[in-house]
Amino acid sequence: MHETMVAQSLLATISDESAKQNAKPISAKISCGTLNAINNEVLCFAFEAIAKGTMCEGIKLEVEHKPIRGRCKNCKENFDVALPEPRCPKCDSGEFDLLPDAPLMLEEIEFETE
Amino acid sequence: MKVNVGKRILSANEEYALKNRQFLTERKILCLNMISSPGSGKTTILVRTINALKNEITIGVIEGDIQTDLDAEKIRATEAPVVQIETKGACHLSAAQVNTALNRLPTDNLDLIIIENVGNLVCPSAFELGETGKIAVLSVAEGDDKPVKYPAIFARSKVLLINKTDLLKVGAAVDFDIERAKADARKLNKGIEIFATSAKTGEGMAGWHNWLKKQVKNLQGA
Repeated sequence: MHETMVAQSLLATISDESAKQNAKPISAKISCGTLNAINNEVLCFAFEAIAKGTMCEGIKLEVEHKPIRGRCKNCKENFDVALPEPRCPKCDSGEFDLLPDAPLMLEEIEFETE
Repeated sequence: MKVNVGKRILSANEEYALKNRQFLTERKILCLNMISSPGSGKTTILVRTINALKNEITIGVIEGDIQTDLDAEKIRATEAPVVQIETKGACHLSAAQVNTALNRLPTDNLDLIIIENVGNLVCPSAFELGETGKIAVLSVAEGDDKPVKYPAIFARSKVLLINKTDLLKVGAAVDFDIERAKADARKLNKGIEIFATSAKTGEGMAGWHNWLKKQVKNLQGA
């Protein structure tokens, strides 16, 4: 349900960028770490609802989920953490430190060209 | 025409979180963001903790709920300073709300501020408030599979309190494998401190209280 607040911040960020470019946005790519627990359908639905009547109405959102990353304590390899039984792919150790989750990012906007 | 943006979507929240962190660091106040499902016993844990540590550390509380100031009333009975935030529907606290609340607490006299977030095991963990660390609470009635089902909060917390252990003594009512919950929580978070507690009877609370005292001492002694 926190997708609503994410959608609001996203709308504000896309609107700012569109004003700067003086162009109408058609689609936007965002990325987020898996631990941010963003549900694509919920985010798109919330965005669609709050974007109605704004310049962002009808734009298409593409969401890329970045994997959780870990650093093996044994062999120092950085790897994608696979739930629910994460192990280092190189040495098979289960001992690792979690690396910071990727933040929610607005990566790219596509604008209409005249 | 495609334009690379590369902007953090939650930057407005992150800016407030940073301000809060600076505010707390300057005053050497430990700040913990307590997160759990509704009804895990967060407020009862707070009341018992405040009463037990009354003569050793001064604790202030920020209460987050969707409606009412029922929790703040319970904290007020302990005489600890408390600020209630009613989110009116929002499923988590934001750093801006905590910023306002911090300004309403008598922070000159506090060693520790505990933020009781809105009862929700998912959303609050995605919003930094400027806290020193997160505390997850899981009551045994919720089931021992929660660390696997809701990994984010367990991965990000310094401490896990497995609460309402008094229910386990009843026998038939609740099945909860404490060792399984501990092992699953540690899969993503090797350093997490875990205490099995009953805030109602007080059993197991001493370990948690000692942890708190140590953290405050480390912060203020430095």
